[in-house]
Amino acid sequence: MATATISLPKSLALPSRQPVLGPTAWRILAPAFFLILALVPICSMVVPESYPFHLSAYALTLVGKIMCYAIGALALDLVWGYCGILSLGHSLFFALGGYMMGMYLMRSIGLDGVYHSHLPDFMVFLDWKSLPWYWHGTDHFIYAAALVIIVPGLLAWLFGFFAFRSRVKGVYLSIITQALTFACMLLFYRNETGFGGNNGFTDFKRILGFPIAATGTRTGLFILTFVALAGSFLACRYIVTSKLGRVVMAVRDTESRLMFLGYSPLGYKLFVWTFSAILCGIAGALFVPQVGIINPSEMSPGNSIEMAISVAVGGRGTLFGPILGAFIVNGAKSFLTASLSDYWLFFLGAMFVVVPLWLPNGVVGVLRRLRGKK
Amino acid sequence: MTSRKNETPYRGPAEMGDVSGLAHLNVAGEIDLSHKVILYLDNVSVSFDGIKALNQLSLAIDNGELRCIIGPNGAGKTTMMDVITGKTKPDSGHVFLGQTIDLTRLDEPRIARAGIGRKFQKPTVFEQHSVWENLDLAMNEDKSWFHTLGSRLSKKALAHIEETLGLIRLEQEAGRLAGELSHGQKQLLEIGMLLMQEPRLLLLDEPAAGMSDHETAQLSELLNLLRGKCSMVVVEHDMEFVAALSGRDGKVTVMAEGSVISEGTLDQVKHDEVVIESYLGR
Repeated sequence: MATATISLPKSLALPSRQPVLGPTAWRILAPAFFLILALVPICSMVVPESYPFHLSAYALTLVGKIMCYAIGALALDLVWGYCGILSLGHSLFFALGGYMMGMYLMRSIGLDGVYHSHLPDFMVFLDWKSLPWYWHGTDHFIYAAALVIIVPGLLAWLFGFFAFRSRVKGVYLSIITQALTFACMLLFYRNETGFGGNNGFTDFKRILGFPIAATGTRTGLFILTFVALAGSFLACRYIVTSKLGRVVMAVRDTESRLMFLGYSPLGYKLFVWTFSAILCGIAGALFVPQVGIINPSEMSPGNSIEMAISVAVGGRGTLFGPILGAFIVNGAKSFLTASLSDYWLFFLGAMFVVVPLWLPNGVVGVLRRLRGKK
Repeated sequence: MTSRKNETPYRGPAEMGDVSGLAHLNVAGEIDLSHKVILYLDNVSVSFDGIKALNQLSLAIDNGELRCIIGPNGAGKTTMMDVITGKTKPDSGHVFLGQTIDLTRLDEPRIARAGIGRKFQKPTVFEQHSVWENLDLAMNEDKSWFHTLGSRLSKKALAHIEETLGLIRLEQEAGRLAGELSHGQKQLLEIGMLLMQEPRLLLLDEPAAGMSDHETAQLSELLNLLRGKCSMVVVEHDMEFVAALSGRDGKVTVMAEGSVISEGTLDQVKHDEVVIESYLGR
């Protein structure tokens, strides 16, 4: 009975799923990560401005900003690409994280504002005499940082709990998320909400005591964002390669079958959804000190759609793709709005049509196909 | 605390678990088989848009039994499976697993965790997952999100998957995507998933549909393996397959228009006047 002993199939030793990144990619990316960590401070602070290798403040901020959008796109990919939940409201979580950080930045202006008051300028302008209750404690960085995680996370959990429990799916869920972010945008446009109305927060002076526009601070924020991006990528990679990741993908493909195996999709969906919202909140919090402004337009449905396009362009369900996609879409946006500002929306619309038609798996899909041909 | 303990030395059943309305001790996670019945449908009715899919259906399946259910199209066989697994809520009637677990109060995942496995008419596997991942997903273990986040494939689990792969003869396909398998292989994979799930009661909806003769033979062999491990309810059209499964003494239930019209061995029901009139005679 030689055939009775079943030898372990080779494929069992390793999950045969196409890895998020191949070994070659890791060999290039890991040194590149440390190289950037080392070179950016040198190029921005040590190399004199006249040298070609000097990193200008403009470039630092631009790339830093795009990296924040990349974290957002990565977070969206986790729910869309892996769990099949297309959120058109992720800019809400992004903006909420930004607003929480903005509260701290407004408070740390101190007496240096236009009206030299302890209250933020817009409150003096509105003739408010004291801080609203939800502003209390926001002058402490640790508390504000906790809010960056708690507020988007809690809102996402509550929204997700009711939506997923009622088994709202597909396009209906997308529309509700879009409505949610639009409603919040309208709410934040109101002065009474206490978040600066349509002007939002701006004119920040310092963060943790460092002057906000100084090259050193900008470099520090850039490095922090870069590390956050890498950390988010690794966290998402851990999630999608775990058994939870495989269950979540099964939710995406055949949810009813999974229920008959004894899995309750609610907990799984809530976990990835809330985690994704928290990542977005962190991205927003890193975005605000670099860009220097946060206002309700950051919550606009258009921003959410841009995020979704970044994911689609890069490649859904690939984790690495959305990061590439964020750079492609936002790079094109920076270029086009500066030189051909009238055409940006046409370009965005064209991408919306072209990508699903000819690049269903995005840039990463094309790269994989090329590698397969070799 | 201690004095109170002294006052009440009696530990009634209420402290050990809930008491069901039927004066049976309800122990969480255990099926009460004190009357040997694993599944009990009592006067179950379901109607869709005024049409009665199930009409006061009553049925009892003994523990360890393999019951074949036959009946013409539209007899309500699939609806019955939907009611048992929680996909459809009955308009009236009760469905009990053992003596104590009222299935009409549970949702699909809870019913599955209580020990009911289901195989669909169309083979439904996770097409974007590889064969071994399908088996891993079906494995009988903690199915909460928190557990799966940290869980890694243990040696024991791997051995279990490997054993099942051997039983369903898909060792060579372990790494392939389930979507690339042939129809018959998908059916086998789904049976394998049910083996991994280790249900107490298995519902099979036309398992031999669309299979070649060779695959059908292999399937009845597999189902015979399961016999004794769990109770089974098989809905089937193929009379030869039913004969192979139920044998001479196995019970066969005939359904028509949402209720049971006859029950007995295959020979008995074949000669039942009512059955001949409503089904076989046509």
